[in-house]
Amino acid sequence: MRRSRLWGRLFYGVTGFSAAMPLLVLLVIGGVLFYDAYPAWRFQGFSFFTGIDWNMGNMYANGPMTQNGVQAAPGASFGILPFIVGTLGSSLIALLLGVPVAVLTAFALVYRVPSRVAAVLSPLIELLAGIPSVVYGLWALAVLAPFVEFQLGPWLATLGHVVPYLAGPVGTGLGMLTSGLVLGVMIVPIIAATTRDLLLQVPRLPMEGALALGMTPAECLRFIALPYIRRGLFGAIILGWGRALGETMAVLMISGNADNYTPPNLYSPISTMASTIATLLDSALTDFSGMAVHALALIAVTLLIITMLTNLFARLMMQLGSRDIGVEVS
Amino acid sequence: MATVLHKGRSARRSIQSGVLWGVSILALLLVLFLVVDILWLVVVKGAAGLHVTTFSTDTTGIAGGLQNAILGTLQLILFSALIAGPIGILGGAYMALFAGARSARILRFVSDVMAGVPSIVIGYFGYTVMVEHWGWGFSSLAGAISLAMLTLPYIVRTTESSLRQVPKSYYEGALALGLSPTTALRTVLFRPALPGILTGMLLAVSIGLGETAPLIYTAGWSNFNPTMQLFKNPVGYLTYVVWTYLNEPYDAAHQLAYTAALLLVLLVLCLHIVVRVLQRQGTDPSQTRS
Repeated sequence: MRRSRLWGRLFYGVTGFSAAMPLLVLLVIGGVLFYDAYPAWRFQGFSFFTGIDWNMGNMYANGPMTQNGVQAAPGASFGILPFIVGTLGSSLIALLLGVPVAVLTAFALVYRVPSRVAAVLSPLIELLAGIPSVVYGLWALAVLAPFVEFQLGPWLATLGHVVPYLAGPVGTGLGMLTSGLVLGVMIVPIIAATTRDLLLQVPRLPMEGALALGMTPAECLRFIALPYIRRGLFGAIILGWGRALGETMAVLMISGNADNYTPPNLYSPISTMASTIATLLDSALTDFSGMAVHALALIAVTLLIITMLTNLFARLMMQLGSRDIGVEVS
Repeated sequence: MATVLHKGRSARRSIQSGVLWGVSILALLLVLFLVVDILWLVVVKGAAGLHVTTFSTDTTGIAGGLQNAILGTLQLILFSALIAGPIGILGGAYMALFAGARSARILRFVSDVMAGVPSIVIGYFGYTVMVEHWGWGFSSLAGAISLAMLTLPYIVRTTESSLRQVPKSYYEGALALGLSPTTALRTVLFRPALPGILTGMLLAVSIGLGETAPLIYTAGWSNFNPTMQLFKNPVGYLTYVVWTYLNEPYDAAHQLAYTAALLLVLLVLCLHIVVRVLQRQGTDPSQTRS
């Protein structure tokens, strides 16, 4: 009896520690990144977010220069505005294109397709969520980039005199529009699956009542189902946005990896914050003053804060949303 | 009131309804087209390069086989599952069994937020701390720990929800029958929850399988088969091949990238099928009781 109680206590302790592990890991990651990023913040200050130049400075100089009490290579300047613009731009394109497609797909799956067919199609769409991001990159390079270069881009560019940002040159197909498109495809399964689950949990009676009162099926959706799922849907969209903000590999492969300018049109090569960390870490290590690595840590901190905020908000919305329906939505 | 029921208006309403459903079906078809297009590209182009030698030779600078990358991927996944699996399952057990409603909600929230941390941030963290500061070098352990951090929240969440699906009265009944708490836990709670827990593990594995960003700067890359060394020995993995060999100016290298992509997709597909089967078993009450 005593032994079993001891085991129980041990089990309780070990499981408790394990349950705290995500929190601990999160705190450690945050702490380390902040510690790493602090010198870059001292060096650059707020112009880190507004500057356009990413320049590690003269690597062949005799010694480091000192600015604001920290050392960096002479001429160094770290501004990430182009990466911020690239991240926001590509992820907003993704939302603009991905959200309607995802939500409409969920509508069709729940209300239009016979449930036997939906049972076959749903796993296919979920498979889309499981495809590795490098495979998305591969597909985007082989299919999407030529499509943008030769078809979509030239067509959109003809609208250039109406919306200047759409004007050419279209370039090689590697750039913001293609990145946005592939990110859009990547967030579709996340949003579609959540919306489908939400719709399936809308209570049946009010829907049938509305139909009986003579509403068209579309009006039932708009006036009965949508109010139930509104907050959950919003949460799912923000969740997809967070995913698009943090995506690295697919963007890295098709964004064109440009820096030191803000994209002049929709087709220009860009870099995102995530892809920049991946591409520049190698070269940042050659900085003898170590400041370039600190600056990358500051990008990582920025990205971490942004994605954590979007996630926090999304989860809150989804929790509130599941309260609307009265059922737990995972 | 008569004007409200005017004929033109009712026609417009039904047209609106029709348009919405038409567009929805189009969206569904678009998504299905994308799935098929991606799979088709990878299967057609990848299969062309699939030979027996793909599995028996290592990669070289330009092309070669994929033996080292396949074994490296398996090693990284195995190690990360060995790290994240026990922690995730035990943590999920705590959240389902011991934590109060409030603390369970907070813990759940934290692991959801952690699931949203971009993988490159974890990669950067792994690089600066494990590879550089602790001096592990590019190594299988650094890569596996990075993957474990990435997959841990998924395992925690699925374990918790599958344990919660077992009615608490089973556990209480087992205690009333005189079973010790640990035996009751093992037999009455964990056994029916096992398919669900396994599902979570497999999902975590399939996530780890497809990751690249956290591995580039922690596992590095190697043209040789993985050694069982934990430190200082870089490891190859399939996603790296897809990413880098596509940028090489050789057809053979491109072919290798497609073949690696095909293997990745096939592995993910297999895992998804197994997960489906397990889920079906998990929801079938006659199976879970046995």
